[in-house]
Amino acid sequence: MTPETLAALEAAKAAKRPVALLTRLSDGTQHLWPEAEVPAPLAEAAAKALADDAAANLTLDGEAWFIHPHNPPLRLIVVGAVHIAQALVPMAQAAGYAVTVVDPRRAWATAERFPGITLIHEWTDDAVAALAPDARSAVVTLTHDPKLDDPALDAALTSDCFYIGALGSRRTHAKRVARLTEAGHSAEAIARIHAPVGLNIEAVTAPEIALSILAEVVATRRGAALARRPALAA
Amino acid sequence: MSDSEDVLATAAAWRAAGEAVALATVVETWGSSPRPAGSRLAVSASGRLAGSVSGGCIEGAVADAAKQTMASGTPQLLDFGISDERAWEVGLACGGKLKVFVEKLS
Repeated sequence: MTPETLAALEAAKAAKRPVALLTRLSDGTQHLWPEAEVPAPLAEAAAKALADDAAANLTLDGEAWFIHPHNPPLRLIVVGAVHIAQALVPMAQAAGYAVTVVDPRRAWATAERFPGITLIHEWTDDAVAALAPDARSAVVTLTHDPKLDDPALDAALTSDCFYIGALGSRRTHAKRVARLTEAGHSAEAIARIHAPVGLNIEAVTAPEIALSILAEVVATRRGAALARRPALAA
Repeated sequence: MSDSEDVLATAAAWRAAGEAVALATVVETWGSSPRPAGSRLAVSASGRLAGSVSGGCIEGAVADAAKQTMASGTPQLLDFGISDERAWEVGLACGGKLKVFVEKLS
């Protein structure tokens, strides 16, 4: 790998720009797509590898190429700077997620409780909408306060984020479903919310609950059967 | 793929500090390979390792090849597509098969 290619890869990473590294395996010749002009079959394979977030192989004119996607990190938006969030944030970072914590209550969302983490103190609907969750984003609400959780869920439900989870018991969630229905969300949309949040591992402590949440986010991202559960009766 | 990018950053830091560095990347897998295509291992001339290309079974063989590539500058395509009984010789006890591309960080 040349210093130029390495620098271009690092620059793309810093700018959170998706790029694919194309390597000809016979001699190590490399191109970075979309920066470099490459033959159409290589460009198509690069675009597909980035969309699938999976490396691929391509033979072009008898030469083997390796298509290596470099996507920006997946994002986790945590609403509620609570105790469970303090456990969830470092776990999610270790799993490669870029984490943002939203909580208008400044006493909770402090740099002391969340060192080095991006904290947003705006009201939760504005904050989540401004973060513009996309298909590589997960949103988890943890405040347990409808005043804060509901507006965040409202914003998340209008996005195409791949995971939405909400802390709260079945009973709490049934009331939440009623409020969100009242607010105009369809049953199909509301069914996107994983609640009670997290895989059922009988978690008790804050770190255990955080583990169950992160496991469910990963299971959803990877299409694992564990992530699918029957809809709850409202 | 953030873990593979961290390997790249580590490799870049070693290179910037003046060490020769080679990068190994899994480019194809079959069967029960523990790391997916795109997984990286960086090897420095002084023997430092970052990342992985397997569960630890072939890292030694890949590091040897990496030292050759550091010296020659010529990339290599290593094929660990070996039978299950031979797998024990290099420690690929899982029986998976993979190809690893090794290049020098120039």
